Amino acid sequence: MEKILVLAHADDSGASLTRHSLETVTAGQQLAAKLGAELAIGIVGGEAATLAKTLPSTGAKLLAISGEAFKQARYATDAAACEALSRAAAATIVLAPHSARFARVMAGVAHRLGGLIDTHIGTIGGDAAPQASRWFYRQRIEAILARSARPWFLLVDAGSYAAFAGEAGGAAVEAITVETPAVRTTVSGFRAPKQDEQTIRPDAKLLFVAGAGWTKKQPDGQTHVEEAGKLILGFLHGSGASLGSSKSLVDQGSEGNSVLPFLTHLNQVGQTGATPRHPKGLATCCHGEEPHVVGWRFIGQRRAISLDPNCGWTRGKADVVYIADAFQVVAKLNELLAAKK
Amino acid sequence: MPHALQIVVCAGIVPDPLQTLEPATTPAGPGIKNEMVLPAVLDPWAASALYEAAELVKKNPGSKLWLVSLGPKAKLQQVMMTVAQKVAFELVPVDGPIGGFTDAHATAAVLAEAIAAIPALDKTRLLIFGGWESATRGAGVTLQLIGERLGITEQFQGVDQIDLREDGSFEVLERVEGGKHQVSVCTAAPAVLGWATGNLAEPRNNPQIGMANMRTVMPALMRAKQVKLDANTLSYVSVSLPKQQRETRVEKEMTPEAIAAEIVEWIGKDN
Ligand SMILES: Cc1cc2nc3c(=O)[nH]c(=O)nc-3n(C[C@H](O)[C@H](O)[C@H](O)COP(=O)(O)OP(=O)(O)OC[C@H]3O[C@@H](n4cnc5c(N)ncnc54)[C@H](O)[C@@H]3O)c2cc1C
Repeated sequence: MEKILVLAHADDSGASLTRHSLETVTAGQQLAAKLGAELAIGIVGGEAATLAKTLPSTGAKLLAISGEAFKQARYATDAAACEALSRAAAATIVLAPHSARFARVMAGVAHRLGGLIDTHIGTIGGDAAPQASRWFYRQRIEAILARSARPWFLLVDAGSYAAFAGEAGGAAVEAITVETPAVRTTVSGFRAPKQDEQTIRPDAKLLFVAGAGWTKKQPDGQTHVEEAGKLILGFLHGSGASLGSSKSLVDQGSEGNSVLPFLTHLNQVGQTGATPRHPKGLATCCHGEEPHVVGWRFIGQRRAISLDPNCGWTRGKADVVYIADAFQVVAKLNELLAAKK
Repeated sequence: MPHALQIVVCAGIVPDPLQTLEPATTPAGPGIKNEMVLPAVLDPWAASALYEAAELVKKNPGSKLWLVSLGPKAKLQQVMMTVAQKVAFELVPVDGPIGGFTDAHATAAVLAEAIAAIPALDKTRLLIFGGWESATRGAGVTLQLIGERLGITEQFQGVDQIDLREDGSFEVLERVEGGKHQVSVCTAAPAVLGWATGNLAEPRNNPQIGMANMRTVMPALMRAKQVKLDANTLSYVSVSLPKQQRETRVEKEMTPEAIAAEIVEWIGKDN
């Protein structure tokens, strides 16, 4: 019989589990129910009792690694912690969030346990034997895969399951001890890219994608980069949207051209960028497969504003395409959003 | 004081991202239709790693750069014609299959073995670079597995920057959630760094570098060891192109005012 372990970690505050961890708890519950398997949850990264407070209602066995060294997200310590939890649970299937923290270490952990790993998992289906779905070739081909070898580690993508929400209650958490491994790395904190303000908001309802058209010559024969910057920032302020960009637009920065000062490669969507998840997406001044097909892969409702009535990439991918000047439309949008506030 | 580094960059080759891809069934399992004839490029994120490595080598005299690449010999040769024009390296080719549907554990085992076999490699100066995810499998696990196999437990993923310090320690910026970087300092090599975009533009072609590289690239390709990759019980239930085709409403006549009003209403709705 399978034994399932869900690995979960604390958020930056150290006081709660990440939402993504709680989504993976749901994935674990569903899989355990389907397979009639035992479920355990292993916690890393903070005060176990506090972190586990909503988990007793899962009915799962709760395990945790505590200690100062394990609070920071770092390969050597996180790998040791996840290895110890996986061994303690004697798990045959280990589910973990595909977060930056766990993606950094989980393949190493699988290797230490003589196991195998698959990552970026969307959903886990199948009957007696689990089958996992994921994308290949940067979100262009989808596949369902399986493995017969155990232990099998699966990193589940954010937004694939609803987050587990349980009543807070006293949690009985078994403390797992592990020797602190030798570390040569000290984590000193976080740094936001050099930009005027934070434009990436993973929790936003809307993704606003800006393309290179914003910095190109406009019908009057001139570029209007400064105005473009003001309009885009104005829209982000008014709507609370997260900002994505095409590669062509962010790349201009490193080639010495004038470019929107608040954009970095972290904003880039597409094959060599991110494929963020938001319920809605609005693409502006973009052309091509990257921003529309790949960058939009996990976007629910999609609209685009483009001057190009023949852009084949929006057809079949967007719900609505407005053939119009994005400068004019976004200026009007900003007026309306300001009036609404 | 400069530090003489030994940097090994692991970089695969992938279909040019601008190609249309179609899955196909091959005797070895799922693959890409016409995979061998599709134009190929060096995996983009691994290419960032290569350019960053070359820059570090340039700044630290006495350093050396190897490029370890697994792929069919003929394809490797084709891609190296371009890559060799960009930065100086010694190629360590391994002749074997490419593609996203192979098992990363098998790839990592082959690459770790190729790295371990590099003569006179000094682990105290070793940095293993590569892309944090490939453009084919995109799993983000190969470098980690190589690190584990070589006993390197200082590892970083989604790296955009490395700053080497006087004392040989280095600061690393790794991408984390929410458009931020995690900042870490590692006291010394060895370490594994999976690169994201980094900060360098693609170097211009330099025929002199190209000529120097090709003198070693061609013999290395001739000697390349042929390998088979184990599936490690990985099996595919289905491989397909996404089917959802949307009914797109194309609005050509609406005024900016009308469009703006419609969009405001749309983004205000709960679903
Ligand atoms: C290895 C590799 C990896 C790549 N990875 C990525 C990636 O991850 N992400 C990515 O985005 N790209 C990527 N690309 C590049 C990609 O192929 C396209 O070149 C790029 O996405 C095009 O960017 P764009 O749409 O912003 O610009 P363009 O193609 O220049 O399109 C600009 C559009 O703006 C419109 N426009 C201009 N002015 C206005 C206006 N006033 N109002 C409305 N519309 C206007 C124009 O009609 C045009 O359609 C990659 C390429 C390669 C080779």
